[in-house]
Amino acid sequence: MRLQAAAVKLGYGDRTIVDGLDLGIEAGTVTTIIGPNGCGKSTLLRALGRLLKPQGGEVLLDGKRIDRIPTREVAKVLGVLPQAPTAPEGLTVADLVARGRHPHQTWYRQWSTDDESAVAEALTMTGLADLAERPLDELSGGQRQRAWISMALAQGTDLLLLDEPTTFLDLAHQVEVLELVRRLHHASGRTIVMVLHDLNLAARYADRLVAMRGGRVIAAGEPHEVLTEELLREVFELDAKVIPDPVAGTPLVVPIGTHRQSS
Amino acid sequence: MSATAVAPRLHGIRHRRITVLAVLAAAVLAGVVLSITIGSRSVAPLDAWHALTAPGDTESDIIIRSLRVPRTALGVLSGLALGVAGALMQGHTRNPLADPGLLGVTQGAAFAMVASIMWLGASSLLAYIWFGLAGALVASVGVFALGMVGGRGGPTPVTLALAGTAVSAFLYALTSALVLLDEQAMDVFRFWQAGSIAARGPDVVWQVLPFIAAGLVLAMINAPGLNALSLGEDVARSLGQHIALTRTVGVAAVTLLSGAAVAACGALAFVGLIVPHLARALSGTDHRWLIPYSGLLGAALVLLADVVGRVVAPPGELEVGVVLALIGAPFFVALVRRRKPVRL
Repeated sequence: MRLQAAAVKLGYGDRTIVDGLDLGIEAGTVTTIIGPNGCGKSTLLRALGRLLKPQGGEVLLDGKRIDRIPTREVAKVLGVLPQAPTAPEGLTVADLVARGRHPHQTWYRQWSTDDESAVAEALTMTGLADLAERPLDELSGGQRQRAWISMALAQGTDLLLLDEPTTFLDLAHQVEVLELVRRLHHASGRTIVMVLHDLNLAARYADRLVAMRGGRVIAAGEPHEVLTEELLREVFELDAKVIPDPVAGTPLVVPIGTHRQSS
Repeated sequence: MSATAVAPRLHGIRHRRITVLAVLAAAVLAGVVLSITIGSRSVAPLDAWHALTAPGDTESDIIIRSLRVPRTALGVLSGLALGVAGALMQGHTRNPLADPGLLGVTQGAAFAMVASIMWLGASSLLAYIWFGLAGALVASVGVFALGMVGGRGGPTPVTLALAGTAVSAFLYALTSALVLLDEQAMDVFRFWQAGSIAARGPDVVWQVLPFIAAGLVLAMINAPGLNALSLGEDVARSLGQHIALTRTVGVAAVTLLSGAAVAACGALAFVGLIVPHLARALSGTDHRWLIPYSGLLGAALVLLADVVGRVVAPPGELEVGVVLALIGAPFFVALVRRRKPVRL
């Protein structure tokens, strides 16, 4: 187990969102957490990435309590990209990606050839090399998201947590970002945990799905085991048909709802 | 494009930044030369060099060594301090209109000076400055503590700004009331408030030097953390940065720098506000470059303004604080109109 939540209790102030949750993330897998709004999936991801301190239970990174490991050491193996991060105006792509090197730098040695090659590689891998000197706010939504992922790549961690990396993106850009995530996984066997809203894309791009509702894990396993018509009713209160995706063969969710009758 | 093709481009960015740094350092050096040679009595650069390296008893030698050199040194120090403090302050508050005074240092120094004159009988410049420095430090620690109340994990930019404004307003009211009661305090206060680097003498330079040096070191240590923080607290934390520690080091640096500068030279309006904007246009948003650029630009600006103040109204002089406000205000308006102040 790379990353593990053991009986974690999570919340903000008096409000408890997750109580007594267990979850293990295996090395070299792409895990996607799904669930309705407010089910605690982002909260769980923040706790896994030590951005939120559990009120009870513990989070283990490679078997050790994550809050006992110096945060800078954690940052060398675990990267977290929060939901919709903001950057100062005028920040260039190259500067943003360079900031991913932060945990590897000390105040007396602020730039090395390692840093430079990591940044160059991250820019290349995300296809942003030609945009390196452009300010972030001049890019399209998809390019901007790729730039943030590129920063997380430059951090050089083999564990990556992404909180809704496709928010605010149109379908083409969502696919573009998820293809990139998939490539990262294939190229170097990175362990990736994502929160996603789109169930069909989640099924397409994840090895494992974790379905949450009301702060609890309802089901976890391979997409075809998790994404069933019963589960959709239980977790999302959604009546839907699940058919094989004609392209990838993964489960495809077709909501029933009301619809125009075809004559 | 392959990774090997990107690297030279990254190199290029870095070389450009080093070149700009060298140009700014040269500008400060030019300012130093002007400040030592130009004044109500101008001295040729060669004679000035002679006065510094092999001092004699001629009148110009004495003017240079006892007046111009300390004045120039104080200009460099206060400019460095206020420029750097302004860059830190704007970075930490993510507010383009923040200046070092936001931490309450200016009003803290003013109140302590006035109070020391009235109640403790302070009567020498050196004593005023010690009290001013102490007042600046106490005020900013107070603001920091007040900003922490109710916040989790250190003060936030908003609570700091609110606390700073409240404490400043309170101290300003007290100072205004006190100076009405005491004529001597009123004179010192008025002179100090205008902002000047003249007639301070070498002992004042030595007095503030350690504080400013310590502040500059803390500022450079703070730069990478500030870069991480500018991406938001979550990203900063995921990059392995301690948020509360970074804020505390930043506030300590601003306090030392602006406290020392303000106590010694008075309220040098606009330096801490304008200079970071100029520097940012050259450096972009990387604080590892923005901070040294701001320091050097601040020093060059204060020296230049001081020299201008010496020549515009012969035989008298305009105080550097007045010149800075006169050239600073329209300049700032132009800056704001030309390109909207950036979101930080």
